[in-house]
Amino acid sequence: MKNLKKTALASVLGTATLVSAFGAMADDHPVKLGLMLPYSGTYTALGEAITNGLRLAIEQQGGQLGGRDVEYVELDSEANPSKAPQNMSRLVKGDKVDFVIGPVHSGVAMGMLRVAKQSGAITIIPNAGLEAATNQLCMPNVFRTSFSMWQDAYPMGKVAYEQGHRRIVTITWDYAGGKEDLAGFEEAFEAEGGEIVEQILVPFPSTEFQSYLTQIASLEPDAVYTFFAGGGGVSFVRDYAAAGLKESIPLLGSGFLTEGNVAALGDAGEGVMTTLHYAETLDSEENQAFVSGYQEAYGEAPDTYAVQGYDTGMMLVQALDAVDGNTEDQEALIEALAGVELESPRGPMSFSDSHHPIQNVYLREIRDGRHEVVGVAAEQLEVPDDACRM
Amino acid sequence: MDLAFFGVQLLNGLQYGLLLFLIASGLTLIFGIMGIINLAHGAMYMIGAYLVWDLTLRLGNFWLAILIAIPVAVALGLIIERLFLDTLYKRDHLYQVLLTFGLILVLNEAQRIIWGGDVHSVPVPAPFDASLQLTDNLQYSVYRLFVMGVCLALAGVIYWVIRHTRLGIIIRAGAVNRDMVEGLGINVRTLFTLIFSVGVALTAFAGMIAAPLTSIAPGMGDSILITCFVVVVIGGIGSIKGAFWGAILIGMATTFGSVLIPSLASMVIYLIMAAVLLVKPRGLFA
Amino acid sequence: MLHTYPKRVMAIMLALTAIVATFPLWGEAVFGGQADFILEKITLMLILALFAMSLDLLVGVVGLVSLGHALFFGLGAYTLALASPEFSPASLWWMLPLVMLVAAVAALVVGMLVIRTKGIFFIMTTLAFGQMLYYFISTSQFAGGTDGVFIMFRPSLTLGETALLDLDNPYTFFYFCLGLLVAGYLFLRWLTRSYFGQVLDGIHDNEHRMQALGYATAGYKLVAFVIAGVMAAIAGMLAAMQYGFANPAQLGWHTSGEVLMMLILGGMGTIFGPILGAFAYEILLFVYEHATTHWPILMGLTIIAAVLVLPRGIAGVIIAPPWRRRASAYEPAADEATPGKPATQGEEG
Repeated sequence: MKNLKKTALASVLGTATLVSAFGAMADDHPVKLGLMLPYSGTYTALGEAITNGLRLAIEQQGGQLGGRDVEYVELDSEANPSKAPQNMSRLVKGDKVDFVIGPVHSGVAMGMLRVAKQSGAITIIPNAGLEAATNQLCMPNVFRTSFSMWQDAYPMGKVAYEQGHRRIVTITWDYAGGKEDLAGFEEAFEAEGGEIVEQILVPFPSTEFQSYLTQIASLEPDAVYTFFAGGGGVSFVRDYAAAGLKESIPLLGSGFLTEGNVAALGDAGEGVMTTLHYAETLDSEENQAFVSGYQEAYGEAPDTYAVQGYDTGMMLVQALDAVDGNTEDQEALIEALAGVELESPRGPMSFSDSHHPIQNVYLREIRDGRHEVVGVAAEQLEVPDDACRM
Repeated sequence: MDLAFFGVQLLNGLQYGLLLFLIASGLTLIFGIMGIINLAHGAMYMIGAYLVWDLTLRLGNFWLAILIAIPVAVALGLIIERLFLDTLYKRDHLYQVLLTFGLILVLNEAQRIIWGGDVHSVPVPAPFDASLQLTDNLQYSVYRLFVMGVCLALAGVIYWVIRHTRLGIIIRAGAVNRDMVEGLGINVRTLFTLIFSVGVALTAFAGMIAAPLTSIAPGMGDSILITCFVVVVIGGIGSIKGAFWGAILIGMATTFGSVLIPSLASMVIYLIMAAVLLVKPRGLFA
Repeated sequence: MLHTYPKRVMAIMLALTAIVATFPLWGEAVFGGQADFILEKITLMLILALFAMSLDLLVGVVGLVSLGHALFFGLGAYTLALASPEFSPASLWWMLPLVMLVAAVAALVVGMLVIRTKGIFFIMTTLAFGQMLYYFISTSQFAGGTDGVFIMFRPSLTLGETALLDLDNPYTFFYFCLGLLVAGYLFLRWLTRSYFGQVLDGIHDNEHRMQALGYATAGYKLVAFVIAGVMAAIAGMLAAMQYGFANPAQLGWHTSGEVLMMLILGGMGTIFGPILGAFAYEILLFVYEHATTHWPILMGLTIIAAVLVLPRGIAGVIIAPPWRRRASAYEPAADEATPGKPATQGEEG
């Protein structure tokens, strides 16, 4: 088995070196970053925040990576998984980028990773939380600077039990990301001795929650744990509050329930507790500098997505400094990337063997329209990724 | 399932169904009378919601925002009809499908350029920002009841106008035989422009009135579009009565389907549609 | 009625085929290091052309406007994905027939329901059935749900122990797709000129008349629906083979809309038009996406313009160039009540 992995690694690297040797770029050529992010449709805001964060990090370091100028190739992923392989292929084979950064959407990630596997292109995932990316698929050339659904949800299981909840209803959309998130929470909560009364799966992307809220009310659990994101998250939290459930049955969630949307939640969001690897109110020098820098550059407050983009940029800065801007030697480059350690706005961050961030997960509560940090739900949490040993 | 639970779910199904009717009524009106299939229907729903959000933010009053947003929606319908659809009436539905498919892309992207990609919400407006206690731990927003009332009232008005007014007679005649009506000295072109604008305004109005109950986000119209199609197909395309009962049926099926057969929840409305088509290929009320 | 086109149509198509077929010879000279990528892109266009062509049989020839054709495209992709063994390549000898069989059965079932509807009902019901499968796959764990599934190995084509075609080789795969497209074209050309095709043409013109003449029109339409579905599934299988990936988005209604767009851009009812349409659409998309992240506006306006100005598509221009058109010889398209009636002219020369 170990040999097989090694051969696979060697062949991936082999192809990759071939590809870059073919490009035969001198060192004074710019480093090409291919951004495959949604710039249209539902996930536009996320794509833009990641791009902003990434550019900010590189600009702050003098606009260069390892002494070379940077060229950005932005490609709209359309959040359309069926177009993901061809778009990725365009960046790798057409534009011949040195790094691909993307995507937001897990389905798109699958399509991209299929091409990443064939081409060996170095891919940094700044959002998509699908477990497979760093576990079952396990590729040396794939990194993520974000999270996996499991990582952000697992710590909440323990928190919920410690808060005294014993019977919990979980609810999410009937799609892969939601189910992985619930699985993380349920694993931890049941391990503590709690009981999952019911797992409710809502057809994706429906935001018609009334019948489920009625169901929750009649089940009378101690608390509800949920994963929804974007508009669905806002709808769910508002409907939950409007149904008068918030007072009697506390609402817990993955941080994505409310991330970036606190303003849209209004009063309905107050008191909702979530776990996430970042909060804009984190009291650290790095975070304060980041928040004010971002605010200055773009005139708006950053969110987790912006941090993920920012850390992607910082990761590239550090790794390319380590290899003096040499992107030809892919093996060394991968090693440099894997060795990156950041004092990120989100706290200390390094990478596991499966190239997944090892990071803090914070317990946050919305107070006065901000995610206040209640505590650290899990310190330097490493994702098992037991199918992947590199 | 106890009785209170059943009763509340009935209410949920009814409320969702009535809202669906309001959203689908513009689609069925435009199709039934003009024979135009409008894929950009969902985009117009979205625009209604964004308009009212934007104007509420500027004016500080939801009702005033609606009052101003409606003429804007009518104007949008007017422009689209005169600019694009006017030349397509005599052509096959295919061209309408494609043209309105193009419109979706344009309108969705225009939304992004004008309003950006963030998620927004509209607070529930006074005097309906209160709740009723339904069961010991479940409340129900009064605004939802208000929306139900509005939907019912509009259903009545549309039905009355088409059935019992002179305008309604002309509309029905124009739908059956445009040339004949024109021969009687009535300007069908103007009539069609009017109907399309009203249809668009109805759809956008549905987006406005639903705005406080939902979240306003890019692409919010895309998911509602297909549901509307199913409603209209089940009811019988072009039939207001059909759209009404089709919407109620889908509202109930969605609500009870999600509780009773959760594994099929996402497919239940399509299964119903297939069953209806099997028995009545032209829909229940056509 | 036989569809006879001016000779230049054949000449242009042959020339274009020759240009595409010889790409491996001149691609590198023109595109340099990007040649591999361009080849991959062209291969995709060939696959999409086959997909668009299959839809032309329904829309252009029979006059059935389907907004759910992606159902069969996706079905082909998923049949390949789910029937492929995990650790070894499948054999195309049984995979291709399997894909065709699955698609035929699905098309028969869906067809029997939707054929009963007409015009706008047909559009809406095909759309809804497409969405039904979309949601089914999206929520099915065994099919990978919304994330989709990988196909780790391309099917192989062997005879005994010897490989007939090495489909892993991008050039071989390119010619394989080209071959299937040409075969599909010849088949549809033959079909539309056959007795069966003439009946379909008659149905397109006036179904009631055909019924009055004693034709069981529903049966003819159903057979056309099944043939179109099977061809779309083959295209879907090729698409999944190319990148080794199947995803529910492949059977969503946006895909159906896009393929309709290729049809109108190329010119429907002509069989060769959709091929041009698929290439034109993909090239436009590529150019727009390179130009701006606001590309949907450009694409949307292009679609609208094509509908208003170029209802017969590129094929219409080739068959009857506007600059050669005499007022009496050609009816303005805007007065056409039926879609896809190709502009027919006598042979020139």
